[in-house]
Parts: sequence; structure tokens; C-alpha cells
Amino acid sequence: MGDALISLAYLASSILFIMCLRGLSSPEQGRRGVFLGELGMFIAVIATVAKKEIISYEWIVAGLLLGSTIGTAISLKIPMTKMPERIAFSHAFGGLATALVGVTEYHKLRGLFSVATEASVHAEHGINRLSMGALGFEVFLGSLTFTGSIMAFGKLQGFITGAPVTWKGQNAMNIGAFFGTIALLVYQVIFPETAPTWMFMVMCASGLALGVLAVLPIGGADMPVVISLLNSYAGLAACATGFALKSNILIISGALDGSSGLLLSMMMSKAMNRSFANVVFGAFGTAGGTAAPTTGGAARSFNEATVEDAGAVLQASQSVIVVPGYGMAVSQAQHAVRDLAAALEKRGTEVKYAIHPVAGRMPGHMNVLLAESNVPYDSLYDLDMINDDFARTDAVLVVGANDVVNPGAKTDTSSPIYGMPVFNVEQARSVIVLKRSMNTGFSGAENELFFLPNTMMVLGDAKKTILALVSEVKGGGGH
Amino acid sequence: MSEDLIFGLYIFALATFVGYQVISRVPPLLHTPLMSGTNAISGISLVGSLVAAGAKHDLVSSILGFVAVTAATINVVGGFMITDRMLRMFKKGPTARDGKAH
Repeated sequence: MGDALISLAYLASSILFIMCLRGLSSPEQGRRGVFLGELGMFIAVIATVAKKEIISYEWIVAGLLLGSTIGTAISLKIPMTKMPERIAFSHAFGGLATALVGVTEYHKLRGLFSVATEASVHAEHGINRLSMGALGFEVFLGSLTFTGSIMAFGKLQGFITGAPVTWKGQNAMNIGAFFGTIALLVYQVIFPETAPTWMFMVMCASGLALGVLAVLPIGGADMPVVISLLNSYAGLAACATGFALKSNILIISGALDGSSGLLLSMMMSKAMNRSFANVVFGAFGTAGGTAAPTTGGAARSFNEATVEDAGAVLQASQSVIVVPGYGMAVSQAQHAVRDLAAALEKRGTEVKYAIHPVAGRMPGHMNVLLAESNVPYDSLYDLDMINDDFARTDAVLVVGANDVVNPGAKTDTSSPIYGMPVFNVEQARSVIVLKRSMNTGFSGAENELFFLPNTMMVLGDAKKTILALVSEVKGGGGH
Repeated sequence: MSEDLIFGLYIFALATFVGYQVISRVPPLLHTPLMSGTNAISGISLVGSLVAAGAKHDLVSSILGFVAVTAATINVVGGFMITDRMLRMFKKGPTARDGKAH
């Protein structure tokens, strides 16, 4: 294949990728979009393999086969509740791939292990400032995304504590390391041919270390923002690869990925009424969490209800709104929720679902879980679409959600989540809250909702409670 | 500043703009498939990895390239497959359709 033909193939792939993302604007067109994306990727791979630089195929075929096997196995096996982990994991691989491409390119141009003198200066191709700068960004962002995503994965899986890990001077240390790395990069850009190769290696190492350090202080419930940000970094790293290799398709695809990640993290931050800086640098709730219990006290009374009481309320309701949260994912209650909704709908009750943008551990987490348990997507409602309906609703069922239904976010200026958009659940005639215990939510803020007279608290495992509610609703209907 | 850099920045700026426009039309309902879909697309670093693995520069490059090809392929194959698997689950309610106002 000639060079022009290869470039045209890349252009076709780029257009197909944009059409793929366009398809995701509705569930009906989504699958066609995925097909277009796959087609684009296929064309890009064929065009690349036809390049004249590629002279041996054994490593390529081995990598493609191994990658396809692992990728297929993960995609077929993984349960939907583990999607945030899968996404974090794949960002790690994306970061790793771009970082390694950068290291290989640098090695080719400068020779990683040769002492940087005569030999490399007179190397065949040499390295110019643009390549050096792009490679530096690529490797730094790639390695940062790699370890950062592994940390996010660990926090989601629970083998690294989900709580923010902080220490004195942490931000100063991270910022220092960041600017130190930038300084190294600047030096290498100014002297691309002669800068010692250890600088490049230190830059890789510092990217790896900063990925760990940057995610450590961020708590579990902020994961939607972190995952979106890492998505954006993975995209930017791919972009930098494009600049280094002078490949337009890499720049375009990287920019698509980067802007998607950036847009999502902006939406997530907005849905928590927090700035980027606050999520990234401010370990959340550490101050409020210790203060709230002492003022609130353990003695406050709330209506602890039995499953029978809650079942009776649901039976008497004409309209029910379900508000799911991360607790639903933890107790795998999505199928039970669906059964309960089916039992209620059979009695003529209208059931809707209210999905908060930051419910769960990644953007769209709750939607995927409910879709998996066959809840039709047109009964899932966003914050703006449903918030006025609560006042006209008989019963609200809160399943493992806390901060997103805290009325204090609207009124209590001292609350750590003040200003965050929340559901007006307290306006419904009655509210049933399914919760493991009376502990505060992630933010550490006391939730006034739990102490309101029209709120019933049903403590225990959400899945068990809902299954019991299903038989209550069904049984009561028969008699 | 070199011609290459300027040209690259043009492409970057325009692609970012297109990406922003296209992605702001994706409803929150599909944000998870969006993430796994863009993830698959960013597996395009496969293009760079293939060259690294196949250029036969030396053994170090080949091995690093091989690992990069593997990692990128996991994202491409896995990303598209899981996006499709998720999109298959989204169904419209058969009864809800006529009863809904919106």
C-alpha cells in the first residue's frame, strides 16, 4: 500500500470513530455506532500493518492474539456490577500502551541504555524538540494514567482503602514532584540531543509515582470524577503520541477520548457542586465527618419500620419513585428492585426511577445495572426530569443512596455537601429508606431526611429487605 | 515553531471541538457505554504499538512493542465487545411507550 492510500485509510477510520460516538446519542443507534467503530479500527490496523516500516510480524501476531483472548475473556465474564473496575482497569492498559510506545520511540531515537554522547548524537534519525516534548508528555501522562488507574481499581475492589489517605504536606509534595518533572521535561526539550537519558527514565518513574500519590487522597465516592479524569488523561496521552509519531489519526482519536473524559468529569463535578481542584486536592468530609456526630448525637429518634409497615405503605401507593445509590450495587439488589417494581406495576402502581448523575462509582453506573435487570430505559429519569414529580408522589423508595437525597444540601450552609443538587424526596407523602445502618454517608454529613416524620427507616441488607417487600406486596394483593 | 507542530495543533483543536459537540449529545443514560466506547477508540495507540513491535529495531523495542500491542488490543477488543454487550441490555418498555407523556 502506498503512503497516500494509508493516509486515506486513516482518514476513513477517523470519520468512522466520530460516527461511532455519534451513535451513542441514543440506545437504538448505539449498536450500529459500535459496529462503525469496530470497522474503523479494523481499517486502521490493516493500513498500519501494510506500512513499510513493519518488517516482522511474529511479535505483532503474538500481541494481537494474546490481547484479543484476554479482552474477550474479560468482556464476556465480567458482571455489570464490576463495570467501574473494568473501566479503571482498561484505562490502566491504555496508559501502559501509550507509555511503552513512547519509551520505544525514545529508545529508537536516543538509545535508552547507551551513554548519551557521540553515538546517540550522531544517530541515524536524531530527535528534535517537537518529538522530545511530545514523547515526554506521552510517557509522563501514560505512566501517570497507568498507576493512577491501578490505584482507582484497587480502591474500587477494596484492596486499597476507599477512604482518603492524607498526610501533612501531601499536596505540597505532589505539586513539587509535578513541577520537578516539568522542569526535567523542559530541559530535555531545550537539549533534545544531549540531555542525559536518565532524565527520561526519572520522568517515567515520576509519572508512575505521581499516579499513585494523586489518587491516594481521593475517596471512594469521588471515583466518578477520578475515572472520568483518567479517561481524559489516557486520551491526551494518545494525542501526544500522535504529535510524536506525526500521526493524525492518533491526534484525532486522542482528542475525542480526551474531550469525552473532560466533559464527563465536568458534569460529575457539577453534580456534586465541587470544583475540579476540590476533588483532586481536597480530601472530602474529613472535617465535617468528625463534627457532625457530636452535634447530632446518637440519641436522635427516627422511625424504624418493619418490612410489613413498608410493604403496607407501598401497597397503598399509586405512584412510587425508586432512588438507587451505590448501596444497590454493593448488595446486588438491582434484580430484586426490578421484581418489586413488577409486583407494584401489576397492582396498577406507577413506578419510576430517579438516577442522580453521581450515583454509584462511575458515570451511568445505575443505568447499566437497571438495564441489566430488564428495567426499560424510558422509566429511568435524570435529576432535572424528575425533581418536580416527588411532590406528587405517594412513596419514594431509597435503595442504598444517602448524600443525593440529603435535604441539608439545599438548606444547611454548614453541610459539607451544601449546594450539591439533590432529589426533593422529602416532598413525597412517605419516604422509605433502605439502609445498612445509621452511619453517615460518604461526605460524613448527617442526613436530616432520616429524622423526618414521613420517613421510615428499614435497616438491613437492601436485597433481603426488597425480596421480603416483594412477597409483602404480592401477598397483600391477593387478600 | 515547526510546521508539524502547527499542523498537529490545528487537527487537535478541531477534533476536540467535534468531540465536545458529539459527546455533549450523549444522554446520561449512556455514559457508561460512552466511557467504554471512547476507551476502545483510544486503543488506537495500537497503531503506534504495531510499528514499535514490527520495526525490528532491537529486542528491547520488540518486547516493549509486544506488551504495548497486547495492552492496546485488550482495550480495543474488550472495549467494543463490552460496549455492545451493555447497549444490548437497554430496552424500551413495551407497555410504557403509550402511557408516557414525554
